[in-house]
Amino acid sequence: MRIRLEPRQRTPAWLNLLLPVIAVLATLVLTSGLIAAAGAEVIPAYGALFAGAFGSRFNSVETVVKAAPLVFTGLAVAVAFRAKFWNIGAEGQLLAGAMAAAFVGGLEGLPVWALAPLMILGGAIAGGLWASVPATLKVRYQVDDVVATLMLNFVMFYAMMALLDGPWKDPLSGYPDSPDIRIDAEFPILMVRTRLHLGVALALISAILVWLLMTRTTLGFAIRAVGENARAAAHAGIPVNRVVFTTAIISGGLAGLAGVGEVAGMHFQVMASLSPGYGYTGIVIAMLARLNPLGVVPAALFFAAVTTGAESMSRKTGVPVFLADIIQGASLICMLVALLFANFRVRLQHPSTA
Amino acid sequence: MAAPLLCATLGEMFSERAGVLNLGIEGIMLLGAMSGFTVAYFSGSLWLGMAAAATSGIVFGALMGVLAVTLGLSQHVSGLGVTMLCTGLSFYCYRLIFGQPSQPPNVEPFPPLPIPGLVDIPFLGTALFDHVVLVYLVFAMVPLSAWLLYRTPWGLSLRTVGENPQAAAGAGVGVAWMRYQALMISGALFGTGGAYFSLAQFNAFTFGVISGRGWVCIALVVLGRWDPWRCALAALIFGAVDALQLRLQSGGAIHLPYQIFLMLPFLMTVVAMALLSRNATAPAALLVPYRLEER
Repeated sequence: MRIRLEPRQRTPAWLNLLLPVIAVLATLVLTSGLIAAAGAEVIPAYGALFAGAFGSRFNSVETVVKAAPLVFTGLAVAVAFRAKFWNIGAEGQLLAGAMAAAFVGGLEGLPVWALAPLMILGGAIAGGLWASVPATLKVRYQVDDVVATLMLNFVMFYAMMALLDGPWKDPLSGYPDSPDIRIDAEFPILMVRTRLHLGVALALISAILVWLLMTRTTLGFAIRAVGENARAAAHAGIPVNRVVFTTAIISGGLAGLAGVGEVAGMHFQVMASLSPGYGYTGIVIAMLARLNPLGVVPAALFFAAVTTGAESMSRKTGVPVFLADIIQGASLICMLVALLFANFRVRLQHPSTA
Repeated sequence: MAAPLLCATLGEMFSERAGVLNLGIEGIMLLGAMSGFTVAYFSGSLWLGMAAAATSGIVFGALMGVLAVTLGLSQHVSGLGVTMLCTGLSFYCYRLIFGQPSQPPNVEPFPPLPIPGLVDIPFLGTALFDHVVLVYLVFAMVPLSAWLLYRTPWGLSLRTVGENPQAAAGAGVGVAWMRYQALMISGALFGTGGAYFSLAQFNAFTFGVISGRGWVCIALVVLGRWDPWRCALAALIFGAVDALQLRLQSGGAIHLPYQIFLMLPFLMTVVAMALLSRNATAPAALLVPYRLEER
């Protein structure tokens, strides 16, 4: 008996929505074995995870706040992957944006009303510029995008650390972090007694804008065409290299905005731990969302919930907090497998009917 | 210094020669470092630890096989997923087993094994012949890999599978099984390479023990043109730059922030790729999943 895979023409809508859910459930089932290995009971552990993420109004808002950078990086990766530009560099682009925002936010001479727009603009440009490096390398020198973007993450991180430990070090703190941005530069809080800042709203708006871009504009069409079949797109007259380059810049800009949000809305400075891997999580989020910008939002929320909840679960049950990382990797794999069902019908074939 | 990277690079080379990009390298190396260390710590035997590291690598190489070969999923993304999973598993299991002691546990690492006679050669002697036994083994693997790849029927099948799987299948080669083998070998080599860090270079497992160097091996395979000897050269050059970077840091001759030095290996990899990627011919079927129905 053999498994045959028949390509599908279209995926039914219900399947599209169901697949990420199935992937997540499968992941949770698989990781329950690890929870048991830690000596904790599975259901209470997941309960603690959920409570940590959504148990109280404060917790829920915290989860949403944590989701903001993930929405941005998820969008960044989703856009890039659509053009088959494997942007693993969202992490570095985020840091570039963060540094730009922190720099602008620290400038004394700027009028207050100009601070937020300039930080946002600066962060997006910085991220886009940083992404243009691997894009150029790919287009001009055929350097593999995975390697290039990945390597540059480390380059940007160390460059940032060199600055934080040297000329950009806050003289008042003992740690390598930058001075705080001006009070006026901090993003306004949108909901009282929480940390829900402007960046969250920006993230949601960006998701809608990116969706519009991808589905309603010629550029979006070109991006998807290039990703589907670059050669066919070239024959159709689409300037493939230029599209890839533009995609990279957009992607980098979005990742940069993640950094802006974190600096202007959460930490108000740049430090080493600014991004606990948001750029990489963005990859998983983009895949879970099937590269759909609107789908990025719930996927980002899921991951924010897992990360927030894991800490409190870890305190309550003694399960190591790294379960969150495992859930991340496992859901990526489960989602990939689930995608198989979206793209192919699985048929079991009896030898007699071959 | 180049030895673990060479080990992993050879692994990646086998995998890519068979047509599969194995991006699980960073995660599997980390897992190898952790599992090797853990087994060595509890069993008292470093070699048992190495065996455990290789085995964990084989398991996840097989997982890559399921994802990329049997299911034909995107090799880029499945590799990233495997890396994330293995990284998470490494940290999780380590924390589970060892907790968070104030004094991190360590083992007695492999002692250096000077080769008598050869080590007395002035200048080169200590540089080349005073290493832990693992280093000698890794370097011995280079001619072994070359022999396997170019002079055995198995190697020919492997290469054909990577260049033209249809032709290989026509000649009766089991394409999928061949790719699985390549992936499991690469996994074993990744795990072993990772364990070198925790069992030889250092004497413990730390979360940052690989820190991105696994990714560099992907580039090293390209720079090494998928050939064992050239990969060895690439790894050696990289190792030299890495060692130089450490020396420059402590030497104090150049007064740059130490992070700039840490950055050097990665920057150098990008530059090397930019300069040398132009004429690199990858195995023709790299990244193309082979589906029986689509023959």
